[in-house]
Amino acid sequence: MKNFAELIKTLDSSNKTNVKVDALTHYFKNASDEDKVWTIAILSHRRPPRPVNTTLLRIWANELANIPLWLFEESYHIVGDLAETIALIIPVANEHSDKSLSEYLREMIVLKSKSEEDKKAYLQQNWLALNYYERFVFTKLITGSFRIGVSQKLMTKALSKAENVDEDTLAYKLMGNWNPNTVTFQELILDEQSSDYLSKPYPFYLAYPIEGDVSGLGNPEEWSVEHKWDGIRSQTIIRENEIYVWSRGEELVTDKYPEFHSLVGNIPNGTVIDAEILAFNNDEIGTFNDLQKRIGRKTISATLLKSNPVILKAYDLLEWEGKDIRNLSYAERRNLLENLIDSVKDKNLPLHLSERKELNSWDEVAEERLLAREMRSEGLMLKRKSSPYQVGRKKGDWWKWKLEPLVIDAVLTYAMRGSGRRSNLFTDYTFALWGDNENGEKELVTFAKAYSGLTDEEFRKVDNFIKMNTIEKFGPVRSVVPKLVFEIGFEGIALSKRHKSGVATRFPRILRWRHDKTIEEANTIDDLKEMIP
Amino acid sequence: MVLDLNLMLLILYFMKTPLLAFNDKGIYCQQADVYLDPWRPVKNAIITHGHSDHSRWGHQNYITHHTNVPIIKHRLGDINVTGKDWNETFVINNVKFSLHPAGHIFGSAQIRVEHLGEVWVFTGDYKTEDDGIAVPYEVVKCHTFITENTFGLPAFKWTPQTEVMAEVNNWWAENRAEGKTSVLFGYTLGKAQRLLKYLDTDIGKIFTHGAIENMTNVLRPMIDFPPTTLITRETKKEELLGNIVLAPPSAHGTTWIRKAAPFVTGSASGWMAFRGARRRRAIDKGFVLSDHCDWYSLLDSIKATGAEKIICTHGYSDIFSRYLREIGYDARTEKTQYEGDEGESDAKEEEKHADEIVAEP
Repeated sequence: MKNFAELIKTLDSSNKTNVKVDALTHYFKNASDEDKVWTIAILSHRRPPRPVNTTLLRIWANELANIPLWLFEESYHIVGDLAETIALIIPVANEHSDKSLSEYLREMIVLKSKSEEDKKAYLQQNWLALNYYERFVFTKLITGSFRIGVSQKLMTKALSKAENVDEDTLAYKLMGNWNPNTVTFQELILDEQSSDYLSKPYPFYLAYPIEGDVSGLGNPEEWSVEHKWDGIRSQTIIRENEIYVWSRGEELVTDKYPEFHSLVGNIPNGTVIDAEILAFNNDEIGTFNDLQKRIGRKTISATLLKSNPVILKAYDLLEWEGKDIRNLSYAERRNLLENLIDSVKDKNLPLHLSERKELNSWDEVAEERLLAREMRSEGLMLKRKSSPYQVGRKKGDWWKWKLEPLVIDAVLTYAMRGSGRRSNLFTDYTFALWGDNENGEKELVTFAKAYSGLTDEEFRKVDNFIKMNTIEKFGPVRSVVPKLVFEIGFEGIALSKRHKSGVATRFPRILRWRHDKTIEEANTIDDLKEMIP
Repeated sequence: MVLDLNLMLLILYFMKTPLLAFNDKGIYCQQADVYLDPWRPVKNAIITHGHSDHSRWGHQNYITHHTNVPIIKHRLGDINVTGKDWNETFVINNVKFSLHPAGHIFGSAQIRVEHLGEVWVFTGDYKTEDDGIAVPYEVVKCHTFITENTFGLPAFKWTPQTEVMAEVNNWWAENRAEGKTSVLFGYTLGKAQRLLKYLDTDIGKIFTHGAIENMTNVLRPMIDFPPTTLITRETKKEELLGNIVLAPPSAHGTTWIRKAAPFVTGSASGWMAFRGARRRRAIDKGFVLSDHCDWYSLLDSIKATGAEKIICTHGYSDIFSRYLREIGYDARTEKTQYEGDEGESDAKEEEKHADEIVAEP
């Protein structure tokens, strides 16, 4: 645990990538195999299920700190992280434990099924026995993931350096469903075991936003253009009469989309398709908002299946006839994919092709992009016809060219403290537009929340304004005197019953602070509704 | 009979005007026509210490501890100031005033105010740990205690200075071993000198930013400090390598600092107790070292004064005074314009102008 806590401390206290890679490499070279597996699991968000709920954690930590519960809550709102708050308020200990990371995690797995009394005793005993930073890490292991700026890519790089295994191979090995409690380091990283690969997805190839003018990409004939659909990027695997659907976040979502099970039998075994999961109703692509009704559900009722059907919009083919074809060119892979979809006999199969556009000039591409909102896409994807299917986010062969966001000027009405890097500052804002109440009077109606888009300096200024212009406090939230106007950008818009304004916006964020506008000059809800396509 | 009448008048008097009141200029003693740490220009001001939110420009007469005189003269220029000794009583229109050590920074005082047997104490800023530079905090018994509570949350508890300074020196030595310069941020007055005093000159040389060098020179006649070298235009990159640079927090991210490359940054402040605070400032290493009380020393000092009435000025005041009420004190919050320093100083100017950032109609 001591070494793991040291590692987390180093990762947490630097924002330099090479320092992080070095610290991880050093750690991997010295840790036991068991600890390595657990470290990989934790850094790739595969922690064991939470053994204790956070309400009980608060109460038990609070008991040791001997303060009223409201004071704990206030401290938590200011610190911005539960594990950190717990580590801070419990009396100082200068002990440390020689137990390894794996031992702690095994204890936490067993803890889940124990009595409340045993859980409390275990936690309190450990809190008092660990020093501040180990106590923080210990509590983090119980409450949730570490947000310390270590991407899977960064971790894979360090592991590759420490173990001399190729980085792309490692990325593949670490994908999918593996259980850190049962797999050994040898099995996970070092062995070649093809039988394990039945459900394994390939790492996704991701694109960067286009830089500079699109004509900088050279000859348009070398490029293939398609729409960037606004759903969930996914990978569908059909092997040995089984289907596995993975989301981009490496979550196995097969059971959430039972309609895709009909692909088995219709699509040959040994096929892996890269596609977007989209809402699809009455022969029309739905909005992301429609899809959201399916995303959150664990059990899918027959009614929901009927009212909110989904399809796969296929982009690419990664495996064909049981062979990894990622090194073929995009054009060759697409030919295979298009032939495959053509050959499907059941025309009601929820598998559609994401059409490719052959465009002769960049002007034509630009025109196509303007159709995006109407087509319910986020913009365009530009893919070099000769490109292989690469691993992770890479520049050069694939680019995304999204639509310019929709914009509206809105008034800041509520604020909440940020978390992590921004705890202690009010950085999470709620914005409102003008609407009419039942008496026909003008009032500000909340329409979106946003917490990014300002510089640190601007956040500090707004934070000061909020502190001096608070009307009322509701726990971590403050209502603020309506005075500041911001330009809010968002990607999509749809009618919604769940929102007070009657409108849901997608990816709202702050574009700039309108120092030049008074609140009277902010937009209205009607202005917003006019943007709905 | 006469005595009773006086007593009644006295009671009536107290019901009408408290000994110290908070108005838009500062903490006001009407009986003596004197302000404590006023934030707008006034005739008579008693000043607790040299930080800019407590000693402001523009008063006609300043009274402060004599060791603080050179500090505020350095900051405010040619002002009309009278220096007093610790515990020296001075009477203004029957009100007895005296200054007592606050332990916050060198020359920092609490102000004791007594009138007709009623005693109030205003802390300014204070800490109870003896830092070896400021005269240590003294408990002053009183009826009403006006206290800061910059770190008035149970999440704040300090480690002893010797441990923190050992950490600082280890960090410096490690950086030097890796061929890097250490840049350590601390508030120009107070924190910078506290760090300087305990830096281990066996590790290397100590360089300073101009603001810190000037303030340190003001204090050198009164306190022993290790030698420092001011960074000037002529200072060469190679001279800095492996050594330590003391700089105010506002120097972070400026071009001035580039001369120290390759460097590692550290910051010493109470806020460094929070991971978020350190990351927000993009500092490599945070040292939790404060010139204010932590949660426990606030509670202990309040108890030691014997006061029943507590007024919380700046910090997490609402939370802190609510807690005090729960444990039996008559506590409330008063709005002031004190901000607390601790590396937040760069934000001060903006705070003052927070009203002006709103668009004009």
